[in-house]
Amino acid sequence: MPSAVDRRRLVGVHPERVSDVSSTDFPGHYPGEDNSWDLEKFRKNLRVDITRLSNRSIEFDLVGVDASIANAFRRIMIAEVPTICIEHVYVWNNTSVMQDEVFAHRLGLVPLNVDPELFEMKTPTDSATDRNTLVFKLDVTCTRKQKAPPDPTDDNVLYDHSSVTAGDLVWVPQGEQVELPVFIAKPPAPTNPNIVLVKLRPGQEVSMELHAIKGVGKDHAKWTPVATASYRLLPSVTLDPSKPVPPHRADKFAKCFSPGVIEVDSTTKAVRVNEQALRGESMSREVFRHPEFEGCAKLGRFRDHFLFNVESEGPYTPERIFPTSIRIMREKIAVLRKAAQALLADSDDGAMDATSERVSVEQGINVASTSEGTSGDVVMMET
Amino acid sequence: MNNQPGQGSGYPNTGNAGGTYVQPPRQDTEYICADCYAKNEIKSREPIRCRECGHRIVYKKRTKRMVQFEAR
Repeated sequence: MPSAVDRRRLVGVHPERVSDVSSTDFPGHYPGEDNSWDLEKFRKNLRVDITRLSNRSIEFDLVGVDASIANAFRRIMIAEVPTICIEHVYVWNNTSVMQDEVFAHRLGLVPLNVDPELFEMKTPTDSATDRNTLVFKLDVTCTRKQKAPPDPTDDNVLYDHSSVTAGDLVWVPQGEQVELPVFIAKPPAPTNPNIVLVKLRPGQEVSMELHAIKGVGKDHAKWTPVATASYRLLPSVTLDPSKPVPPHRADKFAKCFSPGVIEVDSTTKAVRVNEQALRGESMSREVFRHPEFEGCAKLGRFRDHFLFNVESEGPYTPERIFPTSIRIMREKIAVLRKAAQALLADSDDGAMDATSERVSVEQGINVASTSEGTSGDVVMMET
Repeated sequence: MNNQPGQGSGYPNTGNAGGTYVQPPRQDTEYICADCYAKNEIKSREPIRCRECGHRIVYKKRTKRMVQFEAR
């Protein structure tokens, strides 16, 4: 098995450095090899395997892509997959100890269970409609309980509504939202009703209206659909057959790695790598600290094998987030392609456009340098 | 002409004033005790004192005017 591993795929992990970080599968790197990008080859190597799926998180392998692509998906999952969050807070009364703006900020961070596909983006100039805004009411007053026991200990025993939780948000349907079958089946609400927003004491009151709109994480982190979206590279441990581990040191050798990564035969004390357990290797590099194991093992990571871990926090089921990020990436590419085609279509007069633009920019600089005295750097740019 | 210069008369906290400025009929406003949070109606020239606990500090109620915030 170790010989089957393509050394070119590996990032070397050494005692005090890493090597071969950049990929080399591009044309002109290896003499006499054509490494130009090929769809068939890419198709053959590309793999997505789901290794673990739960209610809230997913782990999957993305194999056969460049780090730039994997990183683009990670970033899109964090910053560009839309969700719906509270954005405008209209406060009528808030006599709690928390300031209005702090409370408003907390409300914005509450994840809502609404599928963003149902809504349109609302730009700041758009007026609020039933297609782009969800309205919630929050009216809570704390009162003393009538028949409370004499010794005061627990807030919940003494008072009603001593804490305002996310479950106190009441959805107010607007326009056609009442008839939406999705909303009848599952009314809009926070995904978790137990989030404490603020604590109250008898006589204190909050009364506000909240408007939730669709947005993306690059605008504000509250719209991020994931708690984490991260990847790491699959670890690789290769044993050198010419330098076997001495049998009496086999158990110590195995202890240099995460449990299960190195298997020791109970009779022969021969060591071998368990390929299934490799992804759990912590890459502690402990093996390099012991002189008796020098040269026995090589550590590395597969440069094109990404182990993604995506934790959903919001309306998306975890398995939906990655496909959504692919769709958003494709939309972005489509826009770029259109722009490039438009640029090519009028490339003949495009050159003229460019020069005229340059002239206007230079005129602008001249105007600036004459109007302001402190433009030495601008003059330098001209020359 | 409006009696209040520079201020529209349609504000909600000017009582039930419709189009013209009318002195709000209720002179006694509600206050909140700083100690026990009980509501107190204190008329003018009355001692400032909570009816429930006798505390001498009371708060004026917050304005009923709506305040807008961005949840950021």
